[in-house]
Amino acid sequence: MTEERKITNDATEQEPPAHLGDDLLRKGLAEDPEYRGEHPEPRFFITDESEDDFGGRSMTLNLGPQHPATHGTLRVSLRVRGEKIIAADTEIGFLHTGFEKLAEHMSYQQWVTVTDRMNYMSAINNNVGYAIACEQLLEVEVPRRAQVIRVILSEFSRLADHIVCNGLAGMDVGAFSLMLWAFERREKVYDLMEAVTGTRLTTSYTRIGGVFRDVPDDFEEMAKSLVEEFRRFLEEMRSMTLGNRIFEDRMRGVGVISGEDAINWGITGPILRASGVACDIRKTMPYSGYERYEFDIPTQEDGDSYARFVQRLAECEQSLNIISQALEDLPEGPIQSEDKKIALPEKDEVYQNIESLIHHFKQIMFGHGIVPDRGREVYSATESPNGELGFYMVSDGEMNSYKTRVRPPSIFHFAMLPQLIEGLMISDAVAVLATLNVIAGELDR
Amino acid sequence: MATSLSPQQISERLAEKFAQGIAVHLPPGKGSSHLAIVGREKLTDVLGFLKSDPDMNFDFLADVTAIDHLHFEDPAIGERFATVYQLYSTTHNHRFTLKTPIPEDDPQVPSAVELWKSALWAEREAHDMYGIHFEGNPDLRRLLMPQDFPGFPLRKDYPLRGRGERDAFPQYLDSGPVTHAPPAAEDAPGKSDKDENGEGSGQ
Repeated sequence: MTEERKITNDATEQEPPAHLGDDLLRKGLAEDPEYRGEHPEPRFFITDESEDDFGGRSMTLNLGPQHPATHGTLRVSLRVRGEKIIAADTEIGFLHTGFEKLAEHMSYQQWVTVTDRMNYMSAINNNVGYAIACEQLLEVEVPRRAQVIRVILSEFSRLADHIVCNGLAGMDVGAFSLMLWAFERREKVYDLMEAVTGTRLTTSYTRIGGVFRDVPDDFEEMAKSLVEEFRRFLEEMRSMTLGNRIFEDRMRGVGVISGEDAINWGITGPILRASGVACDIRKTMPYSGYERYEFDIPTQEDGDSYARFVQRLAECEQSLNIISQALEDLPEGPIQSEDKKIALPEKDEVYQNIESLIHHFKQIMFGHGIVPDRGREVYSATESPNGELGFYMVSDGEMNSYKTRVRPPSIFHFAMLPQLIEGLMISDAVAVLATLNVIAGELDR
Repeated sequence: MATSLSPQQISERLAEKFAQGIAVHLPPGKGSSHLAIVGREKLTDVLGFLKSDPDMNFDFLADVTAIDHLHFEDPAIGERFATVYQLYSTTHNHRFTLKTPIPEDDPQVPSAVELWKSALWAEREAHDMYGIHFEGNPDLRRLLMPQDFPGFPLRKDYPLRGRGERDAFPQYLDSGPVTHAPPAAEDAPGKSDKDENGEGSGQ
């Protein structure tokens, strides 16, 4: 077991191997007595042993890593007695690519491309969260126009995330058309993203101190017609699911989280609010000018899968309200910070103006770049579609951050899953997993 | 909603309550927040006080992570590692950061699981990435790396490109001889990797 393993970094004691396939390392690992030469068995915390000892007929069943209901590469091992789940164990890390390690080796501006890959359902929200953390680290002011653009795109992204989550939840309990409708609407959001950012999925739209480029001329029309379409679509989604006997039977009463438990387990976002806790960072600690807009924090009482589904629909309404208000009041002005040490100059300027060329060079070339004060550190939290997306950054006065920690909301939601599905049927576990909206990219980073 | 306290007020109250074993630290720069640095002997008491005191009521542990101060010594920490706790109160709407220095030769710290369940996986990840043992955490398996992975990837002495583990997972050993020849010496990533010296290759 890992606990008993000697906790030292063996590299400090011996030379690291020279190249890939080094025999020394192979030999050293093979002789490790802890090594069992097989994939480790899941560890179940079984509350009632008599349930497990059901004439030797209980068995272990794997849901994932490749399973349509997991919506990503993650593994849930179930200890089942017939169809009933006695205990569950989870395993993640299949998509782990070391984003936090990469942050220590890339400059502050570069790492924004990595944030796209975390919650790939709503990349803009990650971009904005990271940009805000960097801006706090560097004490940069963001122009008002850039803030409003960020808010509008974040809310569209939140809409896309919520309806796709709801659509997939519908598919998991048998309402297949819901998924097709949701994906069709998400494509519309992607069209808008493409017009603004140039890409559909991995947007990388924010820059420290602003956004990458201004919105196109017909942005307002596109956004307004999309808002109208979404209002109609939400009504469709509501009429198809709410009050539907089959849908309610599958979703009601499964995966109930009490408000107290939700806070204790670190659960945030729509799942927390579906458990009756009115806590939204856009209200409690506003950023990007969210305090200017009028919107409510809807909550539900039940805390079950159905409540989470309804909660996401209710939040979509609020997002549409925010977008409408923000579109009304989209100010003219710059979209990048005026600080020449932070914002990249316009490309035309770089080719024609020596000062802009110098600024460009200083920011791009290794050894210069954007450098916060040595020893400065921030923890900045924003409300992503899944909940509190936190960035904890420490600077050692170099152009790379010394430490970047992402606090992804999904990981705390997924940690609670074994407890939520214990005692349920396997098909209910699918309904719970669907409404938790676990995104593997953000889980594993 | 009850009144929120500023990080400065919170840290001052902590320093008042726990006279020894706690230091208030203000990172440089405009707009920085005060944070408290607590010795690991006092950690459980301080976290318990922060959670139960009615003026603080930190009912939400947002995050637990660690820092490796190998290349960037922080005089306020004074040890190689530090764990970082991000606290939030849903009733008072205030945040606070707490740090605990951890020596390199005995990387252990009491777990916060008794107080907040959210510490379960956050501590698992810190353990996985930094090799810090959280005393009292019931499930301290590796979270993201494979269970038989030999290193701790976010430590500063661990190179960006790894140490060749990708090719050297021992489960392939028993299945017969290695099927591919080792790469030629000049293009071997292990040799060209400068990350041991702290130089970036992300450029």
